[in-house]
Amino acid sequence: MNKSQLITSCLLSLGVCMTATQAYARTVIQNKGSDTLVNVAQAWAEEYRNIDSNVAVAVSGGGSGTGIAALINGTVDIANASRAMKSKEVELAKSKGQNPIQHIVGYDALSVFLHPDNPADTLSFSQLQDIYARKGKATKWSDLGLTVPGCKQDKIVAVSRQNNSGTYAYFKKAVLGKKGKFRQGTLDMHGSKDVVDLVEKTPCAIGYSGLAYANEHVKMACIAKETGGKCVNPSVATASDRTYPIARPLFMYTNGEPTGETKKYLDWILSDVGQCILLKKGYAPVKDVTCK
Amino acid sequence: MAKVKNSEAMDDLFDKRNADWYFDKLVQFIVFISGISAIVFVIGIFVFVTTEGMGFLLDSFSFSEFFGSEYWDPSDEDAPEYGILALIAGTASVTGLAMLIAIPFSLGAAIYIAEFSTGKTREYLKVLVELLAAIPSVVWGFIGLSIMNPLIIELFDVPVGLTVLNAGIILGLMAAPIMTSIAEDALKAVPDRYREAAEALGATRWQVIYKTVLPAAKNGLLGAILLGVGRGFGETMAVLMATGHAVNIPHSVFDSVRALTATIAAELGETAVGSEHYQVLFTIGIFLFLITFIINLTADLIVRGIKNQ
Repeated sequence: MNKSQLITSCLLSLGVCMTATQAYARTVIQNKGSDTLVNVAQAWAEEYRNIDSNVAVAVSGGGSGTGIAALINGTVDIANASRAMKSKEVELAKSKGQNPIQHIVGYDALSVFLHPDNPADTLSFSQLQDIYARKGKATKWSDLGLTVPGCKQDKIVAVSRQNNSGTYAYFKKAVLGKKGKFRQGTLDMHGSKDVVDLVEKTPCAIGYSGLAYANEHVKMACIAKETGGKCVNPSVATASDRTYPIARPLFMYTNGEPTGETKKYLDWILSDVGQCILLKKGYAPVKDVTCK
Repeated sequence: MAKVKNSEAMDDLFDKRNADWYFDKLVQFIVFISGISAIVFVIGIFVFVTTEGMGFLLDSFSFSEFFGSEYWDPSDEDAPEYGILALIAGTASVTGLAMLIAIPFSLGAAIYIAEFSTGKTREYLKVLVELLAAIPSVVWGFIGLSIMNPLIIELFDVPVGLTVLNAGIILGLMAAPIMTSIAEDALKAVPDRYREAAEALGATRWQVIYKTVLPAAKNGLLGAILLGVGRGFGETMAVLMATGHAVNIPHSVFDSVRALTATIAAELGETAVGSEHYQVLFTIGIFLFLITFIINLTADLIVRGIKNQ
C-alpha cells in the first residue's frame, strides 16, 4: 500500500485512525461518579497531566449511583462514590464478572445548610429527623420553636438529593437510621450545587451537601448527636479526626486490583501531592499531610 | 418460431431488466421500508421496553403497591418501595392544570384563525403558531426555572416557585400551539354551506360559530384536546425542570410534585442495567406507553370519525 492509498483509506475511516493513534500515544482512564467528588477528581486529572502526559483521565459526575452502575456495566476504569457499594450492587457486579475493589481516598463532612437569615445555629439529630424523616413531626419552623424572618408561611422547605446520590444514601443511613425513610415532598435536587443554590435563595429552606460546596451566602449548622449535647461544626479538621457526626469516607472503586496506569494514578492520589489537592478542595485527607 | 420471436419482443418491450428497471425496484423497496418502518419501530420499542421491565413485573410487582402506594423509594437497600401513586398524581395534576389553560387558549386561537382573521393576518398567525410549537421543551423548562419561579414566589408569596402551577402554565403554553393547529383544521373542515345556511337564517357571527360550526367540528376539537393531553403526559424535560421534583400528592397548586416521565429521566441513567430499580423504571415506561397509546388512538379514531362522515 503506497502513501496516497494509506491517506485515502485513513480519510475514509477517519474515526478509526484517530482512535488508533490516540490509543497508541495516550492511555485514557475513564473516571465517573459522585458529584461530591467530581471537583476534586477533575483537579486530580488536571494535575496528573503534568505528571504523566501519556495518561489522560476523563472525569464526569452524575452521582455515586451513576459511577457504580457504570462500573457494574463495565464502562469505567474508576468509579467515584460518596457511599460504600451496597451488597446487592456487589452481587450484581460479580454476576456480570466484575470484581469491585474499594479504595478510601478522603473524608468529607456532610454539612447542613440554612439560609443566613435562619436563626438556628445548632441542630441535633432528633431535630434533623423531625424535619427529614417520614415520621418526623416538624413541617413548620415554629414546630422547632424558631421564627425565620423572610419565611412568612413558616413552612420548612426540606431540600434533598435524587435517590441514587451517595450523599442521599449516606444522610439517610447516618441521620435517619438504618431503617429510616425520607418524608414525602422533599425537593430532590440533581446535584450538590443545586441544593446550595436553592437554600441560598429560599429563606424557608434547609438542605445538605458536602462541605466543599459551602459558600458565604449560606449558613452551616453546628451538629449535635444528642439533643442538648455538645455540637461540632463541620470542617476539614473535624472530618479528619471523625468528631463531626456526619463525616463520611469517599471511595474510588476499581474492577479488580488496579494495575498499570490506573494503579499509578491511584497511588499518586494517595500520595502527599494528591492528598494536598484534596485538602485544598475542602475535603479531609486520609493521612496527615503537610502542604505548601 | 414466429410466435416465440414475438413473445421475446414483448418481453423486450415490457420487462427489460436494464438500469431503469433495477432503479425502479430499488426505489420501490426503499419507499416500502420507509412505509413500514413506523410499525417496526413502534413494535420494536414496545418489545424492548416490555422485556426490560418484565423481570420486575414477574418477580416483585404488586398491583396494589405499584398503583396504590404513594411511597417511592426504589434505591433503599433493605426495604425498597415502588409506589407510583404520587407520581401519577403529579403527572395528572400538572396535565390537568395545563389543559385548563391550553383548552380555552387554543380553541380561542383556532376560532379566530379559522373564522375571523383573513388574508395576511391569517397566514402570519398560522406560521407563528407553528413556530411556537417548534420551541424545544428544554427552553420552556428554562423559562419555568428562571422566569416563572421568581415570579410565582413574588406574586403569591410562597417559599418555592417550582410547583404544579409553574409546570401547568409551562405545559399549557407548550401544548396550546399543537392543539390550535389541529382544532383549526377541524374548523376548516366544516363545509361553508353550514355557515351560509346559518347566516341566511339571520344568525349573528357568534351564533354561527357557537350554534353551527362548533357542534359540527366537535369530534375534531375533542381529538385536538386529547392530543394535548397526550402531549402533557409524555412531556419530560420541561416538567422535570419546573415541578420541583418532589414525590408528593399535591394539595394545592403551590405544592411541588414529580412526574412519571421526569422520574424515569432523572433516575434511569444512574441505575445499574438489570437491577430491580432499572426494571421498575421500565415498568413505569410500559405504563406511560400504554396511556399515551390509548389517548392517541382515541384521538385518532375520533378525528377519523369526522372525516368519514
